[in-house]
Formats: sequence, structure tokens, C-alpha cells
Amino acid sequence: MTERDDQAPGSQASQSESSPSQGSTAVPDPAALAGRDRLAEQVARTGMFGTLTTGDTSGYGGLQVRRAPRLPSPRPYGSYFDEIADNLDAALTADGSSFAAAVEQVVVANGDLTFYVRREQLRAVASKLRDEPTLAFEMCLGVSGVHYPAEAGEELRAVYHLLSITHNRRLRVEVTVPDADPHVPSLVDIYPTCNFHERETWDFFGLIFDGHPALTRIEMPDDWRGHPQRKDYPLGGIPVEYRGATIPPPDERRSYE
Amino acid sequence: MGIEEKLPSGILLTSVEKLAGYARKSSVWPATFGLACCAIELMATGGPRHDLARFGMERASNTPRQADLMIVAGRVSQKMAPVLRQIYDQMSEPKWVISMGVCASSGGMFNNYAIVQGVDHIVPVDIYLPGCPPRPEMLLDAIVKLHDKIQNMKLGVNREQQVTELEDARLRRLPLTAGGTLPSGIGQPGGRIQLGLLEQPAQDPDLGEAQ
Amino acid sequence: MTASADHQSHGATSTGTAGGDEASYDEYDEGRVYHVSGADWDEVVTAAVGDDRPGDERMVVNMGPQHPSTHGVLRLVVTLDGETVTELRPVIGYLHTGIEKNMEFRSWTQGVTFCTRMDYLSPLFNETAYCLAVEKLLGITAEIPDRATVIRVLLMELNRIGSHLTAVGTMGLELGATTVFIYGMREREKTLDILELITGLRMNHGFIRPGGVAQDLPAGALERLREYVRIMPGLLGEIRALFDAAPAFLARTRNIAYLDVTGCISLGVTGPILRAAGLPWDLRKSQPYCGYETYDFDVPVRTSADAFGRYQVRMDELDQSLRIIGQCVDRLAESAGQPVMIGDAKIGWPAKLALGPDGLGNSPDHIAHIMSQSMEALIHHFKLVTEGFRVPAGQVYAAVESPRGELGCHAVSDGGTRPYRVHFRDPSFTNLQSVSVMCEGGMIADVIAAVASIDPVLGGVDR
Repeated sequence: MTERDDQAPGSQASQSESSPSQGSTAVPDPAALAGRDRLAEQVARTGMFGTLTTGDTSGYGGLQVRRAPRLPSPRPYGSYFDEIADNLDAALTADGSSFAAAVEQVVVANGDLTFYVRREQLRAVASKLRDEPTLAFEMCLGVSGVHYPAEAGEELRAVYHLLSITHNRRLRVEVTVPDADPHVPSLVDIYPTCNFHERETWDFFGLIFDGHPALTRIEMPDDWRGHPQRKDYPLGGIPVEYRGATIPPPDERRSYE
Repeated sequence: MGIEEKLPSGILLTSVEKLAGYARKSSVWPATFGLACCAIELMATGGPRHDLARFGMERASNTPRQADLMIVAGRVSQKMAPVLRQIYDQMSEPKWVISMGVCASSGGMFNNYAIVQGVDHIVPVDIYLPGCPPRPEMLLDAIVKLHDKIQNMKLGVNREQQVTELEDARLRRLPLTAGGTLPSGIGQPGGRIQLGLLEQPAQDPDLGEAQ
Repeated sequence: MTASADHQSHGATSTGTAGGDEASYDEYDEGRVYHVSGADWDEVVTAAVGDDRPGDERMVVNMGPQHPSTHGVLRLVVTLDGETVTELRPVIGYLHTGIEKNMEFRSWTQGVTFCTRMDYLSPLFNETAYCLAVEKLLGITAEIPDRATVIRVLLMELNRIGSHLTAVGTMGLELGATTVFIYGMREREKTLDILELITGLRMNHGFIRPGGVAQDLPAGALERLREYVRIMPGLLGEIRALFDAAPAFLARTRNIAYLDVTGCISLGVTGPILRAAGLPWDLRKSQPYCGYETYDFDVPVRTSADAFGRYQVRMDELDQSLRIIGQCVDRLAESAGQPVMIGDAKIGWPAKLALGPDGLGNSPDHIAHIMSQSMEALIHHFKLVTEGFRVPAGQVYAAVESPRGELGCHAVSDGGTRPYRVHFRDPSFTNLQSVSVMCEGGMIADVIAAVASIDPVLGGVDR
């Protein structure tokens, strides 16, 4: 059985109050537990078709799709990922911190290793990743943002991709921040390449990088309002007119998803 | 402007028009406003295979003050739009605009917040050239059509007369309802098509010059 | 055209008009910014002379965004002390198209046509990075047919040649050597001819799709390619003959725009700039993709870390690309007739194009197959075209070595038929950060050489 992430809302309550269908056996049925886990997750989207503007006569309007639970990967991670985790643990412990305190979760998927780092420890982790000879992630390939409005409390993500030329390894570091407090410490003095990238992430998502020397708009005009790549920002197209018909812009059409 | 203002309509004015048109079309200096992918095809048109020098247009004037033709090649973003207008204003009369590519003509495949949906929102356009990107041969065709337009441009009294005629024609033009080009009864119950009036463009493209 | 005296810019502490003349200015803490609109040089000079600030030789000059030499719509705000650049700030965003957001509203296959237009000088690299990411998410990387992979490598190397030729050509054009530009364009036309023969378009191909490539090679392509590989080295030699030892070119690019390995890595600069600084880092060798580990080629490296070194690295990479193309042609000759799209009918793009009496269109064989022979094929075709395939939830980063550096695609899927978020780590965006470091302290003429040696493509910078 895989470990559960404690952050799903209502998980504790649902585990205690719902009764397993198989009576009083000590080991609960994994299928029932998985179903219960699923029901405890938040609703990611409702309805069959994504758009709300055209009439949905399919009858699937009441469909509720829940988000998948965030499951950490178990050890061993495989290939060189364990080495990275161990070396980072050693480096952080030597400083008085610890891997568990800095890294919320480790996910290995699709051949990539991702560390979900707490934002307070981000700078410590980044400087260790860069300076420790066993880690040696000299090059940061930039930071970008992702917006998950469905995940309350964890809406904005800053994703850093790191590259170690010495050891020929890659690593992804992801920092989760809520919409209400979108501050992330800036890594410009550790990885100067993040200068433009942090400006772009601020421009498109509204993530504020504390400590950036000049956090201004870089792609949009200087007086633009809003952060365009957030999910609550419309695509902004106009209807296309033909002789006798108009076609709405892509985000307002009926989508066959 | 010059001598053509004072000439009465007649053979003399027509001859001056022909001469001025020939001179103007043979020495167009483009102010290449190369923005994106179309700019690469524009450069390729200036290359040795498709040769803009056959028209004398390989000398692109980088300063708009000496340019005649602005080829808007590529997608115009919201940030670039004021710059585009400023460059257009800095060009001196007579000037023409080719919007090269679908992004310049209508926003192209990018129907979103960042791209101006057609550069004719900002500057008056003479020739719209579709393509993504248009082949150099297509650009040469557009330039040849523009040369025709320049050659046949009327001056002086003839021009005023032409402007008046075109304006009258536009004012008389009916919207696309019964009596227009579409048969009535299409699309709507009750047999009437609810269409808005076709908006008059800000600039009449037939006239070729900024008004 | 009169200067507008009522223009108030952001952050200006005041706006004024000098004396009774027309030159208007905005007053900032750092100084005055004059609004120049033409035919008013006398007024500007009078106003500047009348400025009772202590005499300051420094001028802030704006280059671009419309400028013949800045490789696209790049704006450089340069602070000059005479001819020396004391400060240089690049301003970008004039070509921002919102491609990444647009891709969130199209299916995974349609995303190829959007991402292809980012870095428009190397569109096939954008497509490949994106398709590698999608295939990683789908988990089908091992099932892509070998012939499709070889065609991808072939197209990428052809694109690399075209892109480097444009880079060297525009470098020549900007430094005043128009003949090199003409030679570069001539060679590039030959490359584009072959790309048009194979993919159907000269640029922005949309040919490499998740699962393979769209079409197989047409008849006669291999002979054309062999001819191409035969004649190109001589033509490249003509460019070298013009540049490699030209005193003017050497004087303008040697020891200009210096950026050593430390600077490159801290600024995240990859590609020819990093290799010209001495570090032989090339993703095709270090983290091979698309079977690059099976090809025989070298990674050109220089140690001069200047603009001339970057030019030499690019020219050498052209030769290496021709080597790889030769090897691709041999492999394609052996694997004739094999599929070029994944066999899984729920992912592989079904339609084929063919030349008919009325032009290029849907292959009649394919239409006959789906309309009269196989209901299942019809359903697959319909579902793939309207809905698209579903990609399992997750995120992945896939990188390729594009002509300008490491081009990475970070794709996030939520399990649906549309990308949830696609971000492209574009090399030009990162490389352009280094232009200030390269140019400050040098002369203004070297700014042009520096930007030309970085070879930014503003479509990729702004996306």
C-alpha cells in the first residue's frame, strides 16, 4: 500500500467515520480504501463539456471529476535519484536542517525526479544543490509557473529545472504557494539566470519573488493589468466573423474533451 | 502638392499621372517592418533566388523617413502596436502598406489577448497577403499588385473625382440582407438574417494613399 | 509633426517645455528624457544646453524595437559615454504571442502547429522538444518507429543548417558584409527546397507530431539529399573564404563580446556560446535523444569565448550536421517501407496527404479505407481529430539541442485531451540576458556584433 499524503482535506475524518464494507477485519480492503481516498479529494471539475456558455443537453452536467491524490514516490527511487536525495540530505543535515524539513514530497515519474521544497527552505536547498560537489547542479534552466486553481491552498507553483553538467543529471524543484500569499524567495543571487525567468513568472502568474532586484513586467506592456497565464484570465480572443456567421474564440467554444 | 494640383482634368493630367505612377512604382523603398516568421520569408525574398532587386526594392530604407512602403511582416503584439503606428506616422507621403501574412492581416492563428487582430486596426492597409508564412513568390505577387495600384493612382482633380465617386458608392451600399448577396431566409426563423451593417473601413483601400 | 507637450510618462517627476521652443521632456530622478519627433534638432540642443545640471557626457540612446540590426523586435536601451557603453538593458516582449496559453485550448496534436512558430528559425526543434515531452508523458518513447526517429534527426539537422546559415548571413549583413548574406540565403534556399520536398512547407512545418512524423519521404527525396550533401561543403567554403581571414571581420569580432564559461553557466547560457567558451556541452552527446548516440559526429569547441569563436563554432557545426545527414540518408535507404507513425491507432495520427488531380489533400486510399473498409478506422480518425488522445496526468521536461542552445519543454497534463500547461525553456530568452554582460564596457559598434553572435530569435524570446 502506498503512503498517503496528509494534505487532502477531510482525509482523517473520512477514514474514521466510514465503515469498511468487509466488517471488522484488521486489514481494510485496498479497493474500498482507494475509493474512499478518491471521494475525499477535491472536485477538480464538474460536467462533461468544459464550457459553460452553450447549452449542455447531454445529461452529464452533474458529473464530478475529482482530482487525483498527490502520492509521494516510495524509496528506492531508481537510477541516480537516490544519490541526489541522500547527498542533499547529508548536506542539509551538516547545516542543521534536514531533508524532511526542507522537502515536502519527492515524486519520481516519467523519468524525472521532482522535489517539492518548502519555500522557507528554498534558498538553503538551492545553495546546497549548487555548491555541494556531490550535487553540483551548476546550471538552472529557469523558473516557470503553473496555476492550479482547483487545489485550494496550493494554487501557484514555481518550477525550477536544474542541470548538473559535472554529473550529467537533471532535477526539478517545485515550490507551492497559495494564491493569498504568492511570495517566493528569489534565487537571482544564487542562479543569476533566474533574473529574466522570475520576471516572466511574475508577469504571467503574479508570483512575487522577494529579493529580485527589479521585478517588473517583461513580456506584457508595462501598464498591463492582470497576469495572463493564470487560469482565471481569459484567452482574450475576439469572435471571428464570416458572412453570415461568427465563430466564438477558442476558450468559449464547446470543447469535446 | 505640386503641378498636378493645378492641371485641369484632361490629357495633360493623365500623362502626368502615368509618369508619376511609373516613377513611383519603379523606385519603391520598403521600410521592412520584419517582426516574426514572415520576416524570414521577406529576407528570403530579398535573397538571390527570389530577387527584390528586380524592382529596385532591395535597398530597404531602415529609416522610415525615406521609405515608401511598409511591409508589416509578422504578428503585431499589443506592446508593438504603438511602435508600429509611430513608424507609420514617420513615413512621408505617398506611402503604402502591405500586411504580409495572416497574423498581420487578421491576427492569424493567434486569436488571443496578446496579438492585434489585424494590423488594419492600426494603419490603413493597401494589400493583404495571406499565408503562414507566404512564400516569396506570393510576396512578389503582392508587390506586383501594389505596383499596379501605384501606377493607376489618380492625381489632382481626377483624384478628388474618384474619391467622391467611391464615397457615394459606399454610402449607397446595402447590408447583406434581402437585396444583398445572400438569399433571404437563411439562418433565422422568420426569414430575416440578423446581421449588423458591414462596417466601413477607416481607410478606403482603393485610393491607395492615407487620407 | 509637432512634439506633444502634454505627454506625461510613467514615473516622471515633472514634464516641461524648454523655453519657448517645442522640445518637451520628462524629468526623472536620473535626468531628462527628451521627446524627439523630427525636424526639431535645434530645439533639443537648445533645451539640453539650457539644462543647468552639471555637464554629463552620458546619453541614453534607444535602439529598436524597429531597427535593422537587432535580429528582430529587440529594444536595447544603451547608456553611452561617448562611444563606450556604460549600461545596456534589453527590453523584450514586443513579439509576445501567448503561444503557451493558446496551446492550453487546443489538443495535444494541434499544439505542434503553435509551438512550431515560437523559434521560427528552427521550427522543427520546437516540434521535437514538444513531441518528446508528450511521448514521455504517454510512455510511448520506446514505441516510436525507428524510421520516424531517423526522419526527425534528418529534419532537425537540415533545420540546424538553415538556422546557422541565417545566423551567419545576418551577422554578415549587420556587420556590413552583404555578400555573406546573399551566400547564406542562397544556401538556405537549397535547404528549404529539401524541407519543402519532405514536409510540404518551407517554414513552420507542423510535421513532427506526437507518435512519429506526419508523412513518409516522397519519391526522389534520398537522391536530392545525396546531391545536397555532395555540393554543400563547397558552398560553405565560399562563406568561409569571405570571413575566416577577412581583416575587417576579424577586427570586429575578435575579443569582442567576451563571456567565459563561469559567466555562461551562471547566466544559464547554452549552445554555441558555451561551446565557444571552451565547454563541450552538447545535449546530443551528453543526454542523447532520438538515437543521437548511434550517429558519428563531433562537437566543435573553441576557447576564445568571443564573437569570432561563436562564428567558428557555428560553421563547424554545419559540417557536422552534413555528416549526420549523410548517415541518416543511408539508414533511410535501408528502412524503406517501414511505418513512420506509431502503430497504436488510438494515438497515431491517421490521415495521410497525397497529391491528387486537384492538388494536395487527403489521400484517397485513406479515405477509401475509413469510409468503406474499416469502421474502427473511421471512429479512430474521428475521435483523434475532434477530441484528440488523452495523456496521463503528470509533468515532464524534455530537452533538445537547438541551434541556439538547450530548448526544453515542460509539459503538465491533467489527464485530458488538452495540455494543462506547456512552458518552453527557450535558449534565446536565457542567452539574451548575457548581452548586457557582453557589451558593457565596450563600444557601441560592438553591441551589434555581440547581438549577432548570440543569435537570438525574438519569437522564442517572447513566445
